[in-house]
Amino acid sequence: MISLQQISKIFNPGKVTEVIALKDISLQITRGEFVVIVGANGSGKTTLLNIIEGAQMPSTGRIEINGEDVTPLPEYKRSRWVARVFQNPNNGTAPELTILDNFRLASLRTQGKKLTIGINDAFKKKVREMISGLGMGLENKISQPMGNLSGGQRQALTLLMCVMDNTDILLLDEPTAALDPRSALVVMNLANKLNKDLNITTVLITHNLKDATQYGNRLIQLQEGKIARDLNTSDKGSLQLQEIYQWFE
Amino acid sequence: MSQFYLTALQLSFCLGPMALGIYITMKVFNIPDITTDGSYTLGAVVTAVLLTNHWTALAALPVCMLAGAVAGICTGLIHTKLRIDALLAGILVMTGLYSVNLTILGRSNVPLINLQTLFNTISVFKTELYNQLFVALIIIILLIFLLRYLLLTDFGIAMRATGNNPVMTKSMGINNDMIKIIGLAIANALTSLSGFLVAQYQNFADINMGIGIVITGLGSVLIADALRIWLNITHIGLQILLVLAGSLLFQLVLAFTLAMGIDPNFLKGVTAIFVLLIVALPRVSQQLKGSFSNNNKI
Repeated sequence: MISLQQISKIFNPGKVTEVIALKDISLQITRGEFVVIVGANGSGKTTLLNIIEGAQMPSTGRIEINGEDVTPLPEYKRSRWVARVFQNPNNGTAPELTILDNFRLASLRTQGKKLTIGINDAFKKKVREMISGLGMGLENKISQPMGNLSGGQRQALTLLMCVMDNTDILLLDEPTAALDPRSALVVMNLANKLNKDLNITTVLITHNLKDATQYGNRLIQLQEGKIARDLNTSDKGSLQLQEIYQWFE
Repeated sequence: MSQFYLTALQLSFCLGPMALGIYITMKVFNIPDITTDGSYTLGAVVTAVLLTNHWTALAALPVCMLAGAVAGICTGLIHTKLRIDALLAGILVMTGLYSVNLTILGRSNVPLINLQTLFNTISVFKTELYNQLFVALIIIILLIFLLRYLLLTDFGIAMRATGNNPVMTKSMGINNDMIKIIGLAIANALTSLSGFLVAQYQNFADINMGIGIVITGLGSVLIADALRIWLNITHIGLQILLVLAGSLLFQLVLAFTLAMGIDPNFLKGVTAIFVLLIVALPRVSQQLKGSFSNNNKI
């Protein structure tokens, strides 16, 4: 469970360039929930995700994950609970490393990286099996550099990598923004499946309002750093696409 | 093969660890580390002092490498904790090391003649140079296996990923700062190892012996990189071998230059021009290819 308590984020405080990205946000996300966040550019969506991940620290407020105060913890320590798929497919993987190397690293997200060789036949078999489920034909390319793959392939693999090692929270930062419609569909369906099968708490930021209605069981609209709307499953289910468009007018 | 080129081979073996150190900082971590000039001399200086105090070469070896590692840690701490650019951090440590080295050495030059060094402990061959080559070769082979193993371990994957995509590694639970510091420590320990070998090979340690040595290592790595791209090599072990091949090629070019009768005073200039050619040629050829294909399109 994620608990955000009175979170504010101010960039460049006291300077002429001061920007208030988040204003006193309080939010409780229960285990297994799939929360979709929409909002105009500059509404604070990515900042909110960065603060949950630990990439940015809040100016004020407190963050708890599974009841533990994680506010002062940097990103690499919060990776014990949190995994993220970035908007840019290049950010989620190391392009010069092989698919296997990337998956090995992902499998050790919550563990120490020891001076032992962990890529053995059993690990290769496990990765092949995971990847074959995507139906992209990548299971025979596990020794190829990740950089040889398309953005859609990389994004799908990043999603799989996120769940390699006991992830509690999956953050999806506009994961389909740079993808073609077919790849976007693969990635979103995979995210949905992982959320349901593994009961992973999922937070999706998207500008695609169709995705916002189709996926998730809770819809939040951010506006000027505040939560403008917070709809539960039943409210979201009856929502028409046209209504969401009107939120942005 | 003439004695002249065998000497170049021997020197390339001695400078091989430094080239591998620069490979770690430049290619694995994507950090331009100039500490090299200082940590190379540091290795030589510590060796000279310990050998003249009747330490055995094998006992001096870990001390030398530890000293280099400490220099790398200093650069790493300045870079990661004080958020100072890696290039400047390296320059600062390198500059500081000059005084440290001078203090340790006590004077600007210490000869190691008639002392028991690593190269005269083994006498498998009748010729001294062959024995030296044999010892250096054993060290290089050991290094290849150790470095290859390190880079293939889980820790090694984390090292390579940190240089390749630091945004990703933070979300993979990797403390980028810590791993960079460790990487710089390993790289400078290797550089110190080169200082250790060269001091014993040339039978003296000099306070100025490290000036510009980074260019030699850089040249080796750049040659290796050009070959890696050309041959499309992704295998870690082969990449390490290419760095050592780069080191050898670099020394052979210098030996050839001297054999042609060029004034040794111009050797540093030749080195700089050679490195410039390695860097510039692939770019110029790429530009020429680009303009050629553009002309064809028109």
